[in-house]
Amino acid sequence: MARHRGRGIASINYPIGMNLGGDPSQALVHSNPSGKFTVALSSIDLGQGMKSVTRQICAETLGVPVEDVYVDTADSDTGPHCMGSFASRGTHRVGNAVMAAAKEARGVMMEAAAEELEVNAADLDTDGRGNIHVKGAPHRSISTKEVAIAAQFKQGKTISGRGIFLVPLSEVNPETGEMSPATCYAHACLVAEVEVDDETGEVAMVRMDSAYELGRALNPRLVEQQLVGGAWMGVSHALFETPEPYYPDPSHGPRDFVEYLMPGPGDICPHDIAVLERPAADGPFGAKGPGEMCANPVLPAVANAIFNAVGVRMDELPITPEKVLRAIKAQGGARPQARR
Amino acid sequence: MTKTPLQFRHNGRDVALFVDGGVNLLVALREGIGDMTPKFGCGQGGCGACSVLIDGELHLSCLTLAEAANGRSIQTLDGLKDGPNLHPLQRAFMEQFAAQCGYCTPGMLMAAKALLDRNPSPTRAEVVEAISGNICRCTGYEPIINAVLAAASGGRARA
Repeated sequence: MARHRGRGIASINYPIGMNLGGDPSQALVHSNPSGKFTVALSSIDLGQGMKSVTRQICAETLGVPVEDVYVDTADSDTGPHCMGSFASRGTHRVGNAVMAAAKEARGVMMEAAAEELEVNAADLDTDGRGNIHVKGAPHRSISTKEVAIAAQFKQGKTISGRGIFLVPLSEVNPETGEMSPATCYAHACLVAEVEVDDETGEVAMVRMDSAYELGRALNPRLVEQQLVGGAWMGVSHALFETPEPYYPDPSHGPRDFVEYLMPGPGDICPHDIAVLERPAADGPFGAKGPGEMCANPVLPAVANAIFNAVGVRMDELPITPEKVLRAIKAQGGARPQARR
Repeated sequence: MTKTPLQFRHNGRDVALFVDGGVNLLVALREGIGDMTPKFGCGQGGCGACSVLIDGELHLSCLTLAEAANGRSIQTLDGLKDGPNLHPLQRAFMEQFAAQCGYCTPGMLMAAKALLDRNPSPTRAEVVEAISGNICRCTGYEPIINAVLAAASGGRARA
């Protein structure tokens, strides 16, 4: 009886968003008389940082401080339509919609500023700190707040913009089934090292090393946060989470977190992550998005690591101790493979 | 049903309320006095989202009868900050990106506070042990562990 170390690798290509019905998202941006901007979305932020990243995209496009932008999400009754937060589409699809809306709003803002400064709008620029000035003459400037007030109370303009991002629907070739489901792909590679106990069938994570290519990381700390946490969703899927086996039927399955297992703080291991940035041509500021890809390569890498450790090919998830033990027994004992 | 009168200190303030017999402390806090910071996760003591301090000791409020709190001092996340000033643990959680969806965060913060109150400079293993009753789905725990270590006295942690 022994513990065996094994190492496994997995690489993935991950499509950003999908193409059912074109996968659209909309955004609306408008200024308040205070010169602050509101972004209205129906998209959901469930902790992944959608509000932060769309706020950054809006502020950057408008040329105003990020503090001056408020993102209002998650009311599909009053917000513009969004397909939803899934398929790693948030940053890319919603980000593009916000960018388009912010561009339109910026156009009106510059027109309103031009009227106040009595210059041509094409000669104006933003300083990113809440002011609009004549190019090459920074002293001839007006604050976005003054512009917003003038637009609202004097010029009768709404500083606002509409945005939608729609991928052209990809036709399916009836002969081959071929289609193009996504416009850009993210990529990842992950190496997992595990320790398998051939007496109990338990699999412990020893370390992970990974590289993720996800377009431009618009908010590097949020990207890192998703990658660190998402990897453990992958481990959880690979090794822990199951409504089975509970006998004699599923009504005896887990009902709460005491029975439905997930990794705890004592189960984690070191994870070194390299983020590679290859901006996507059609991404907002080149972004694709980490999303689901955080978890995806972990599962095959862990299964491969278990094979490397004890020589059993696990093809059903999660890889519970019971399944590992049965497989080891079926092949007549652990057969550690060559370490590479 | 007969109501039971109950008095306890809630984040340094005396509160009095009536509760139904058999009601747990989590319900008394959330529905009785409107402190929504302790979260209902599993209701079975399996996730730690409802963690509060009773007389300085970490307890699962979903497994504590409200009547057991009578005359005791209850601390929840709602009382962690000092006026407008965040607690060092809250600041560290923010700076270390130790929250995503945030549902486990109140319980994690109270478990971490219980640890730092009795052990101001814990080792990494002691931090892991201290939050081992708390489940987090999003972060993979690493940023939480790092945040607690960063908040520990002087920000220096022993290996």
